[in-house]
Amino acid sequence: MTTLEYLPETPSQTAGPYVHIGLIPHQAGFDIFEKPFGNILVGRNTQGERIRIEGRVFDGLGSPCRDILLEIWQANAAGRYNHPADGQTDKPLDPGFRGWGRTGTEFDTGLYRFDTIKPGPVIGRRGHKPMAPHVNIWLAARGINIGLATRLYFDDEPALNEEDPVLRMIEPAIRRQTLLARRENRDGGVVYVFDIHLQGENETVFFDV
Amino acid sequence: MTVPQAEFIQRDRGQQPPALSPGYKTSILRSPRLALWSLQNSLSEFTGPVFGREELGPLDHDLLLNYAKTGEPIGERTIVHGRVMDENGRGVANTLVEVWQANAGGRYRHKNDTYLAPIDPNFGGCGRVITDETGAYAFRTVKPGAYPFRNQVNSWRPAHIHFSLSGSGFAQRLITQMYFEGDPLIPMDAILNTIPDPAARQRLVAPLDLNAAVPLDSLAYRFDIVLRGTRSTLFENKLQGN
Repeated sequence: MTTLEYLPETPSQTAGPYVHIGLIPHQAGFDIFEKPFGNILVGRNTQGERIRIEGRVFDGLGSPCRDILLEIWQANAAGRYNHPADGQTDKPLDPGFRGWGRTGTEFDTGLYRFDTIKPGPVIGRRGHKPMAPHVNIWLAARGINIGLATRLYFDDEPALNEEDPVLRMIEPAIRRQTLLARRENRDGGVVYVFDIHLQGENETVFFDV
Repeated sequence: MTVPQAEFIQRDRGQQPPALSPGYKTSILRSPRLALWSLQNSLSEFTGPVFGREELGPLDHDLLLNYAKTGEPIGERTIVHGRVMDENGRGVANTLVEVWQANAGGRYRHKNDTYLAPIDPNFGGCGRVITDETGAYAFRTVKPGAYPFRNQVNSWRPAHIHFSLSGSGFAQRLITQMYFEGDPLIPMDAILNTIPDPAARQRLVAPLDLNAAVPLDSLAYRFDIVLRGTRSTLFENKLQGN
């Protein structure tokens, strides 16, 4: 192995308590960039059902963590990623939708929120069924030495979830529940509630991608 | 841009810090205790967000000027530059690199930082840049100061700059920290020591790069970053499709 000329991946380090400065400076308490990145993924012309994703991130004692950075990456309403390596040319790209956003849990409530659209199903690996609609989540924070990857699935898609090649592999099956967001109707809008448990009885399934 | 059409090489967890590292106390309650589920890459992992240069301002990568109000920030004028590559040794072009750091006194511009050292009115402490076609990037800043943190009673962080790398696929996403060659606080740092392998730790220590310094103006340090590479799909059909 050592004689082959592969470079080793740079080691990860915690994002620390002040991650906001670099990645979401308004939450640190100041503005600096003309075009900051944020948690609103939709524009006026974005196609698809408007949804809000909301939740908290809990530590091993069940306390909400108030300094977590979360990023999401998702397909558009047709189930296509806005990336040149997505070869699903039978599905339209939505020019008004990058499919990525970032935010931090709030210092007072511990809540995070994204305003986005519900993604469509995405083609699976060769020989596998399509993947049910899902949102890829990556989180980093103080006390987290290497970023954690998980997925949000939608609890109102039981038939597609049942066939999803990723959910199906998770054992025991009860742990699949940790990846299901709960649909709620609030003030005329749709909210999916998705809490993440870093550790403990309901520890969320995290992936080694 | 670099477009991986294949999945990423499996992450070598031996080069990485474990989730639980009791010497860094905050990791104790925030570390998953169950095994990660290994996931063969699908489109969801080998695609990722694309960023354009037009989204960034002309001073976003210049921390000496991007928050200057009444003058320039106090501190050692420093250039940090390097190349973002993948494990295959290829430059990662057009990828987003973001940095943040304390000021020269070791104080962060953050509402939760209460350290005694003063805020510098001319220093924001963050910047961002997109790598060029070869994967190269450069920032200009002041060298950050060391500062205390609550771990043991007398724990101090060596001077460091936080780095965030977007990569071309979401599974390449990486946050790390860069240290400065010669800093005596490096060997005892609880955060750096979350990485078990000494050789891996050493890769986060940027050497002085005198040849890249600007005479009579700024010193320079070189920090190369390696993101995950793509796996050759020998004897395999294409990953997508039926």
